[in-house]
Amino acid sequence: MITTAFSYHKAGTVADALKLLAECGDDAKILAGGHSLIPAMKLRLNQPEHLIDISGISEIRYIRCEGNSLRVGAGATHADIANSSDVQSHMPMLAETAALIGDPAVRNKGTMGGVLAHADPAADYPAALLAADAEVVVQGPGGERIIALENFLLGLFDTDLAENEIIVEVRMNISPSNAKSTYQKFMQPASRYAIVGCAAMVTVDQGRISDAKVAFSSVAEKAFRAREVENALKGQEASEATIKAAVKNAVNGVEVLSDHFASSEYRGHLAKVYAERALKAVI
Amino acid sequence: MGVPIQVTVNGKPYKAEVEPRQLLVHFLRDTLRMTGTHVGCDTSSCGACTIHMNGEAVKSCTILAVQADGGEIKTIEGMSPDGNGTLHPLQEGFKEEHGLQCGFCTPGMIMAADALLKENPNPSETEIRHALEGNFCRCTGYHNIVKSIQYAADKMRKEVTHG
Amino acid sequence: MANYIGKPVKRVEDKRFITGKGKYTDDIVLPNMSYAYILRSPYAHATINSVDISAAQAMDGVVAIFTGADIAEAGISGVPCGWQVNFKNGDTMKEPPHPLLVKDKSLHVGDGVAVVIAESKEIARDAADLIEVEYDEHDAVSNPADALKDGAPLVHADAPGNLAFDWEIGDKDKTDAAMAAAHHITKLEFVNQRVVPNAIEPRAAIGDYDGSRDHYTLYTSSQNPHLIRLLMCAFVLGLPEHKVRVVSPDVGGGFGSKIFHYAEEALVTWASKQIGRPVKWTADRSEAFLTDAHGRDHVTTAELGLDTEGNFVGLRVNTVANMGAYLSTFAPAVPTYLHGTLLQGLYTTPAIHIDLKAAFTHTNAVDAYRGAGRPEATFLLERLVETAAIEIGMDPAELRIKNFIPPFDGVEEPGYQTQVALQYDSGNYEPVVRKAMEMVGYDDFRREQAAAKAEGRLLGIGFSTYIEACGIAPSAVVGALGARAGLFESSQVRVQPTGKVSVYTGSHSHGQGHETTFAQVVADQFGIALEDVDIVHGDSDAVAFGMGTYGSRSLAVGGSAIVKSCQKVIEKGAKIAAHLLEVSEEDLEFAGGSWTVKGTDKSVGFGDVALTAYVPHNYPEDIEPGLDFSSFYDPKNFTYPFGCHICVVEIDPDTGKVDVKRFVAVDDVGNIINPMIVEGQIHGGVAQGIGQALFEEVLYDDNASLLNGSYMDYTMPRADDLPMFEVGNTVTPCPHNPLGVKGAGEAGCIAATPAVVNAVVDALKDYNVKDIRMPMTPERVWRAMHSNGNGHH
Repeated sequence: MITTAFSYHKAGTVADALKLLAECGDDAKILAGGHSLIPAMKLRLNQPEHLIDISGISEIRYIRCEGNSLRVGAGATHADIANSSDVQSHMPMLAETAALIGDPAVRNKGTMGGVLAHADPAADYPAALLAADAEVVVQGPGGERIIALENFLLGLFDTDLAENEIIVEVRMNISPSNAKSTYQKFMQPASRYAIVGCAAMVTVDQGRISDAKVAFSSVAEKAFRAREVENALKGQEASEATIKAAVKNAVNGVEVLSDHFASSEYRGHLAKVYAERALKAVI
Repeated sequence: MGVPIQVTVNGKPYKAEVEPRQLLVHFLRDTLRMTGTHVGCDTSSCGACTIHMNGEAVKSCTILAVQADGGEIKTIEGMSPDGNGTLHPLQEGFKEEHGLQCGFCTPGMIMAADALLKENPNPSETEIRHALEGNFCRCTGYHNIVKSIQYAADKMRKEVTHG
Repeated sequence: MANYIGKPVKRVEDKRFITGKGKYTDDIVLPNMSYAYILRSPYAHATINSVDISAAQAMDGVVAIFTGADIAEAGISGVPCGWQVNFKNGDTMKEPPHPLLVKDKSLHVGDGVAVVIAESKEIARDAADLIEVEYDEHDAVSNPADALKDGAPLVHADAPGNLAFDWEIGDKDKTDAAMAAAHHITKLEFVNQRVVPNAIEPRAAIGDYDGSRDHYTLYTSSQNPHLIRLLMCAFVLGLPEHKVRVVSPDVGGGFGSKIFHYAEEALVTWASKQIGRPVKWTADRSEAFLTDAHGRDHVTTAELGLDTEGNFVGLRVNTVANMGAYLSTFAPAVPTYLHGTLLQGLYTTPAIHIDLKAAFTHTNAVDAYRGAGRPEATFLLERLVETAAIEIGMDPAELRIKNFIPPFDGVEEPGYQTQVALQYDSGNYEPVVRKAMEMVGYDDFRREQAAAKAEGRLLGIGFSTYIEACGIAPSAVVGALGARAGLFESSQVRVQPTGKVSVYTGSHSHGQGHETTFAQVVADQFGIALEDVDIVHGDSDAVAFGMGTYGSRSLAVGGSAIVKSCQKVIEKGAKIAAHLLEVSEEDLEFAGGSWTVKGTDKSVGFGDVALTAYVPHNYPEDIEPGLDFSSFYDPKNFTYPFGCHICVVEIDPDTGKVDVKRFVAVDDVGNIINPMIVEGQIHGGVAQGIGQALFEEVLYDDNASLLNGSYMDYTMPRADDLPMFEVGNTVTPCPHNPLGVKGAGEAGCIAATPAVVNAVVDALKDYNVKDIRMPMTPERVWRAMHSNGNGHH
C-alpha cells in the first residue's frame, strides 16, 4: 500500500509547526502518531500534499501536575499516559483508558493530541476526559485558546480545531482525593476500538453519592456526558439499587450509533451494562 | 525529492535518501534488503512488521522512513545477542516450543515479545496473550507462541540470576 | 542413531524463519525488475464502457499498461477450472470464461481491469489512479440462495438462473421413505457463512522471461507449483511446459487459498515476455480480501430421522453453495465430493441423500478453505445430532456412541462402505469420545455448570465428532468424479556419494514442517542421522513433478512416495552390499544403517555402499552405477482421520459475549511421525474453527460490495481470544499406506466449529435457544437470549 506523494516537513517546535501550517495551507495534514492518518493515506482516502510531522516536538510531550491541574501534552503517547504515575494517581480512569487503546506498538506511537484532533467517535479518551471536565489547549496564529472538551468535539470526525491550529495540551483538575474513577470498555473485536466505552468518576460521602460524572465514548457521533445518569446518582444512597435505576437513563435522547458490530438497540443496551459496571467499580 | 536520513539498524549506521512517502518497512525491506520484517496488512493491525525503534516496539508499516532519521532500529536480523548466529532466548524458545509454522508472523511476534519481556520479565499467560493483541498468527492458534515466550522468559530470568 | 519416527524432533526449517532469513516471494528482487499494480473494478456488476490509459501511459516511469482488451487480443484463455461436475441430467456444469483482465464486464468487486507496470511500485500505483474507466453499474447479488431466485441479477448470460450445476448423492427414494417412517425428525435451517482464509502472507507473483533461452520463470506464493505450471501452460498461456519453471519459495500460510491458479500468476508471466523484464506483483491486504478465494458459504436445510430407540434412520439435506462469479480451480468439488460424500459421518445412518445447487454470484470465487467441504458436512451433522439429543432428551455423547459405526481395522475386517460412495479405511470411534470426556471431566463439568447457574453464570459444553477424507486421492477415483488431474505424488531420493541424502518431493510446505517430518521418515528408512537428509520442494526444475499440498495429503501421499523411493534405494543398496561382502542378497539384513550378514558381525555401512555406487570400481556387473530413485505414489484410497472435540464456554449474560474457557481435542490421525508438529496442526485448525464459530464472516451490502475487507473490520482470533488447548490422541493406523498415516492438517478446523456452537446452545438451554447463526457475535447471542419470550431472563 502506497500513499500519494507529499512533501514532508518536520516541526521541531510548536512555533515551527504553526509556521509550516500557515505556509502549507489547506493541503497540509498534521502527522502525530500516524495510526489513523497513515493507514487512511495508504488507502488513498486521505491525500495531503504536505505532511507536517509534530511527533518529534519535545515541548508537547509531557505529563505533569501544576497545582491542582493535571497537564497532558498533546504529544504524550498512550504508553506515556498509561505508565505515568501522575495519571495513575491523579486520574486513574485516564491511565486505564490509555492502556486499553490498540495494542502495545500502537500505544507507543499514538498520541493524545492525535486522538482528539481525529475525533473518531469510537476513540477511547473522550469518555474519560469528559468525565474529568477536561479542557483542550490549542495554539494558532492568534495565540492560545482553551476550549472545554465538550465544546471542542463537534461531531463525527469534526472538532472546533481551526485548520491553522494545533492541539498542544489537555488539562483537567486532578481527581479529588475521595473520588474514584474507572473506564470500562466493550471492544470492537477486529479493530479494538470501543463499541461502548464508559468512564465514571464518583465521590461517595458517608454512604451518599456527593458527586458523579459519567461519560460515554463510541455510543453516539461524539462522546457525551450522561447527565441524566449523573443527576439520578447525586445525593442518593451509594447502593446497587441507585446504580441500576440511574443507568436506565444512559442513552435517553441520544441517537445511538449502529454498525455491523452493534445495532443501535444493542449498543444502547451495552451502554447501560457498561455504565453499571463502571459505577459498581467505583461506588 | 529525496530526503537524506541517517539511521542505525541493528547497530550499523546507514545513510540514505528516501522519498517522504516511503514507509519504514519498505526502507528496511527494499532499500536495506533486510526482508525479515514483513507486511501482512494495510491497517497497522497484523503486527508482522513489528520492529523496535529507539527501544520501543512499533509497527514499521505505519511510520515513514523519514521519521526514523537519527533513530536506532532493531529488527529480527539483529536479535542474535552476539551478532554471530547465537540465538536469542526468544528465537530459541520459538524453535523449542514449535512457536511457528509458516514463519511469516514470527519476526513480528518475536519483536513484540522482546518488548514485553523487557517490561515484564515474568509475565503470566494472560499478560503474554494481552501483549500479543497486535500480532496475528493464523497457523499456531497462539498456544505454542505463548509457550515459546514462557520458555524465553524462564531462560532469561535464569541467565540474570546466574550471570 | 535413527528412530526418529514418533519423536517430537525440533523443526530443521525454523532457523531461517526465526532469524529473518526466510525467503518469501515478495522478498525476491531480480535485476531490472518492474512492478505491477492491478486496477480493479469497484463495482460488483458493471459494464465497462471505456478504459482510457493515455494519461497513465504518459507518466514517467510507466513501462507498459495492459487492459482486458489487450488480453483478449492476445488470445489468452481464461483461468481454468480443474474439476468438472455434471448436472443431474448429465449436462456439463456451466463454466463461463474467467479472463485474466476483464474487457466488457466486471462481475465482482476486485475484478481486474488493467495492469500497470512501472519502474517502481509507487509509480505503478500512482499511474493506476490516472486510468479513467467508465462503468455502468448494474444490480448485483451476493447471497447464493438469493441468486437462485426468480428475477435475481444474472451473473452469466449462459448460466440461466445463476445455476452453475445441480448435483445429488445418495438414495433419494430410500431416504424419503426412511424419513416418512421416522419416529422423530430433527430439522435445522442454517447458513455456513462465508469466511476468508487470510494467510498472513499476501499472495505475490514474479514473472521472469529470459528471451535468450525462450524460458519463463514464475515465482509464486503457491501450495502447488507444478499444478500452477500445468494449468498455466496448458490452459491459459499455451506455453511449452519444458520451458517454464515455477518456484514456490517459502510461503506464509495457505489454508487452501494458495492452491488455486490465479489470474495474476499468468498475467506477470505473460507481461514479462511483453516487456522483456521481470514483473513483480504483491497483493495488498485489501486486494487479498477481494481476490483470494473465500471459503464455505452454504445455505442449508438438513433433517435427521430417528427411531423410537434413538437410532438414526435417515439424513436428508438440501444445500445451496456459492461459487462466486467464476469457477475457481477446485470449487465444484468442494460442496460435492468433499461434502456430500462425508455425510455418513461416524454414524450407521442407513439412508442419506443430499440435493445440492451451486450458484454463481457477483462475488470473488469460493473454493477450498482448510477442510473444504468436510467442515460444512461435519457442522451439519454435529449440529443435527446435538439438537436431536436435546429434543429426545438423551445425552449427546451417548446418542453419538449409540449410532457409531463399530470398530474395523481395514485389514482383518473390511473397510466400511458408506451410503455416499466412500469406503472408510479403518476406524474405532468410541475411544476418542471416551478419552475426550475423561480429559474434560464431563461429569464434574455438569456439576460445575449447575453450581455456576446458581450464581447467575452461564457455562456450556459442546461435543463434536468428525471424520474426514484425507490423503487426496486415488487418481482413478477422483478422475471418475470429475477431477481433471491425477492426485498422486512424486518423489526422488538421491543418495549422494558421501551417503548424504537429498530428497525431492512434490509436496509443498507452507508451515507444515515437511523439511522435518519427511527427514525423520527418510533417516529412519536408512538408519542415518536426520542432519544427513535434506528435503527439497517447491521448484519445478528441481522436483520432477508434484501435485502439491492440500487435503491433508502430504504425508499420506507425498510421504508414501518418498518411502517408495527409499525402498528402491535399499533394494539396490543390498545388491551392492552383497557384492562387497561376497554373499548373496538373501543372506543380508538391513538395519541401523548397515547391511549385515545374518548371524555374523560382517557388515557394510550405508555410506560405503553409496560411495561404491558412485565409484564403481569393485561393483556388480549387472547393475548401473549411482543410487538415485524416483517414484510416483497413487494412493489406494482416501485416508479417514476422525476424532472428538469438546468445547467449554462461558457466556456473559449481560452482553452475550462468548468466552472459550477450555478446548479438548482428541484426534486419531493414524500413526504419528512427529507429535509436536501434529499437535501444532491441531492447534491451528482449532483456532480457525473457533474463528468461524465466533468471529469471522464476510459481509456484503445489497449490491455485493464487500463491507469488511480489512483487518479493522474482519475479525480473526487474536491471542487473548483463545485458551490453551488440551490435545490428546488415539492411534488407528491407516491400513493402505506404508506409513500408516492419515493426515492432520485440517482436523482441527473441521471439528472445532460445531463444538463451539453446541457449547453455546448448551449454555443457553434455559433460554430455549435452539440455534444461533454463526459467527456467534455478542449481539447475536444477546438477541437469542432475549427472543423466544425470554425477556429479561
